[in-house]
Amino acid sequence: MFQVISNEILAENLHKMVVSAPLIARARKPGQFVIVRLAQGEERIPLTIGDADAENGTITLFVQAVGASTLNIVHTAPGGFIRDVAGPLGMPTEIRTWGRVACVGGGVGTAVLFPLVKALAAAGNRITTIIGGRSEKFIILADELRPLSENLMTTTEDGSLGERGMVTSALTALISDPDRRPEAVFAVGPVPMMKAVAEVTRPYGIETIASLNPIMIDGTGMCGGCRVRVGNETKFACVDGPEFDAHLVDFDTLGDRLRCYRDQEAASFSAAKCKLSQEVPS
Amino acid sequence: MTASLSVKERMAIHRAEMPELPAGVRSGNFKEVNRGLSQDQAVLEAQRCLQCKHRPCVNGCPVAVSIPEFVGALAAGELPKAASILRGDNALPAVCGRVCPQETQCEALCVRKVKGEPVAIGYLERYVADWAMAHPDELPPITPPAKSGFSVAVIGCGPAGLTAAGELSRMGHAVTIYEALHDTGGVLRYGIPEFRLPKEIIDREVRILTSLGVSIECNVIIGKTLSLADLSRTFHAVFIANGAGLPVMLGIPGENLKGVYAANEYLTRINLMEAGRHESAATPVLKASEVAVIGGGNTAMDCVRTARRLGAKRAMIVYRRGEEEMPARVEEIKHAKEEGVEFVMLTAPIDVIPAPDGWVGGLKCMRMTLGEPDQSGRRRPVAIPGSEFVLPAGIVVNAVGTSANPLLTATAPDLSLNKWGNITVDEHGQTSIPGVFAGGDIVRGGATVILAMGDGKRASAAIDRYLREKVAGRLR
Repeated sequence: MFQVISNEILAENLHKMVVSAPLIARARKPGQFVIVRLAQGEERIPLTIGDADAENGTITLFVQAVGASTLNIVHTAPGGFIRDVAGPLGMPTEIRTWGRVACVGGGVGTAVLFPLVKALAAAGNRITTIIGGRSEKFIILADELRPLSENLMTTTEDGSLGERGMVTSALTALISDPDRRPEAVFAVGPVPMMKAVAEVTRPYGIETIASLNPIMIDGTGMCGGCRVRVGNETKFACVDGPEFDAHLVDFDTLGDRLRCYRDQEAASFSAAKCKLSQEVPS
Repeated sequence: MTASLSVKERMAIHRAEMPELPAGVRSGNFKEVNRGLSQDQAVLEAQRCLQCKHRPCVNGCPVAVSIPEFVGALAAGELPKAASILRGDNALPAVCGRVCPQETQCEALCVRKVKGEPVAIGYLERYVADWAMAHPDELPPITPPAKSGFSVAVIGCGPAGLTAAGELSRMGHAVTIYEALHDTGGVLRYGIPEFRLPKEIIDREVRILTSLGVSIECNVIIGKTLSLADLSRTFHAVFIANGAGLPVMLGIPGENLKGVYAANEYLTRINLMEAGRHESAATPVLKASEVAVIGGGNTAMDCVRTARRLGAKRAMIVYRRGEEEMPARVEEIKHAKEEGVEFVMLTAPIDVIPAPDGWVGGLKCMRMTLGEPDQSGRRRPVAIPGSEFVLPAGIVVNAVGTSANPLLTATAPDLSLNKWGNITVDEHGQTSIPGVFAGGDIVRGGATVILAMGDGKRASAAIDRYLREKVAGRLR
């Protein structure tokens, strides 16, 4: 059993949860994730480790309530417990000193980006962070990312905060300027966003790394549920990734496989919302 | 009374038949198919044993159960005695009685097989183990062994790890099992379906071990949460039994379409996570009226019988050799057939055909013929040119096998591996690192539950020797 120390709402449906997990906090490196199961009968889902405090034995998880399981997790109050937290899983990010690096995050992807920016900054990289969302309320962690970045750019589709448009427009502008062009680009977010970023950098031959988010069960390489096509090879994101060369990833298959259980997920999400609204009248 | 039975009288008894749920009933649920013998049946079957002095059956058992002794006690109606003999040799008798391929092990060497049917040793083991679970008060109390002062870490809570833990704790060592998943049993829980091995059986076997003092830490992944070096520092010895791991991909077009599962994923969703079993299970699983399972082993049989239970009208085994060559147990093949599974033999898949929107639409196959024997001694399947055809399928399950999982070994550079990534060990299960032993599928590649248990038992004896000679000498 893993105790929830704090649970803070960052944005609509997006929670920052600090969880006591001493062994994981000690072993974890940026880019790694955990598999979480809230209670008996619940499913196992992967969540990126946003931050860790080895001294206090805690890890930070950013959880977006997008379905039944995540909705139930974010409703765990401080002092409550998550039954199973296994990790740290996946390969850590290969932290190098490139010089100029662009880190691009979309939606909850920004939370996954946070530990990367932190580690890349610590390694002496000069970072332009580009974070985007549909509107102002989907822009998260700007205050945490600003001090780590040489330059922080925000984009919103409706123009309610920062530039109006997509993260790719901001990235295109950055790359077009030879004085500001990054040596490497990290992209974390929805599949169409990561695919678009890969297409922006491809003509320039800029090393681009995407953190993939396929469906996972065990997270230890046992089942192959998270398999992705990378440069005509089948890779298991949980053991070989989750980060891969974005120019080699088959994003269309990844996006398609993520829709495997869409109907079942929609049904259990509405059931979970209904149940929670009955339990907590507001 | 039974001692007075003559050989002729014993020879006259017919082998017991296992009562089973009718195929029409069981193919709609996950209840255990084999119902177990009655006491009368079990005692009568035990009387078929000729009590051979040279005990050939024991040589066929990878954990060397004292078969004539426990069967003799059962034949005399002395159940507590039979149970304690069995428990003394085998840490998981209720599991072995159900899932061992007795026909190729103990029963294959039974003298009675020469002139007919061997003694149903597996049925009897199961009967005695189940009786012991139901009558704990009638068993002689287990006297806790003197504590050795040594501690041993066991990596993996599957059959090899559980067996080693049981043996080592009976020798007085303090044992901690580290398990990556959230529950115990390894393949016994995520792989073997409940219609062959009810989860209650695993729970009870595990409870017996924890009552011996074995502690089990779930959600700890050695190689990730802790390293092998961490364990070597904290414990006097380590036994690695983390299983085979990674599924082997088919390597044919279309295998990433929605609806193509590796057997491990399909079985894990349904067995461990209970997907498709009841409304309240949070984990989803896809269902289809036509399911093609590729492979001919026990895993393939478990997948195809599971698909049938989830409502598939056509559940098919697609195997490139013939039924004779199938590695699956004869009993599983028989049960699958009774449950309406179709066997598409001498057929190899070449392409998963897409339906609209990225779903599986079918499985394109070729007919095969058997050519010359290959290195495994089995006749090699050869494709018949122009024989392509398409099997309708909404789900395709790949049950062709697994390879070594590098999760632990990648972080233990001192550990010698063979070219397939399996850990190399000597005849006692000792690895290239002193004090670190290994067994089960991580050493053998995909094998059977009982071979893994045999490794666990053999390695425990070696670990015990290592602790009492090497470590004790060093400490002195």
